Amino acid sequence: MTYRVHIRVVPRAGLLDPQGQAVEHALSVLGFAGAGEVRIGRAIELAIDAASPEAAEASARQMCERLLANPVTEDFSLAVEA
Amino acid sequence: MLRVAVVRFPGSNCDWDAAHAVAHAGAEARFIWHRDTDLQQADVVILPGGFSYGDYLRSGAIARFSPVMQAVQKHAAAGGAVLGICNGFQILCEAHLLPGALVRNDRLTFVSRPVWVRVERTDTFCTSAYARGTEVRIPVAHGDGCYVADEDTLRLLEAEGRVVLRYTRGENPNGSVSDIAGVSNASGTVVGFMPHPERYADPLMGSDAGAGFFRSIAAWLPGGAARSIT
Repeated sequence: MTYRVHIRVVPRAGLLDPQGQAVEHALSVLGFAGAGEVRIGRAIELAIDAASPEAAEASARQMCERLLANPVTEDFSLAVEA
Repeated sequence: MLRVAVVRFPGSNCDWDAAHAVAHAGAEARFIWHRDTDLQQADVVILPGGFSYGDYLRSGAIARFSPVMQAVQKHAAAGGAVLGICNGFQILCEAHLLPGALVRNDRLTFVSRPVWVRVERTDTFCTSAYARGTEVRIPVAHGDGCYVADEDTLRLLEAEGRVVLRYTRGENPNGSVSDIAGVSNASGTVVGFMPHPERYADPLMGSDAGAGFFRSIAAWLPGGAARSIT
């Protein structure tokens, strides 16, 4: 079965995120008062052929650990969809 | 004559400069394509600057899985010397041959200008020609040069004297923690830094302030002093 996997990779909390800061500043200039803690990461979508949703998730997790996210600077989360 | 392998990835663009600097210093430089798995008995491997794989995903993230990197890992594990310059430094961090990571410059702009750095570790294969504390002005050219590492790693790097190059006061061009411009592994056989000494390696380039890195390499004796330090 093919599963769709949605992966979010964001800079680790506490790590300086200059892009997030710049966007936060731009939002405040546009008048969006109260918007804060902006973090800029990336979204990755992919399809995996696997026997079960658990197997698809385990596989995606390995992809994140080995390539899609840098364990030194980034955190990831993922969601599997049939 | 000491053999230096200069690895070429798709998107490497400082390969010729590095090879020229090596040859100018009196060692032999050979190019190794990233799909090759044979380092041709190189004593020293240089991962040159550039934008391997277009910096897709993260700088150095894809190059790390090139076939040649298995050979580089093996070479490094056996105590062989590896120098990563700029994108090469990013690749070495991604490959976990060096600790930490290089992220987007704090001011979000690409920085291309000469900066002052201090040589803080001189017992390596590529810095032995400098006296400890020597300050040299060499170019940087990068968008992702902000060095970060967790606190334990930073403490270890400082305690073991593994910061090879540090931006001098007020010169930090990218927000790197503790002004770190380059680091090494514990034994000093794997070194990575952001500045480009190969761009200042010959007086015809306007300066040869970076030539000492390549003179160090050319004078290095594999298996000699630098390798025995643990």
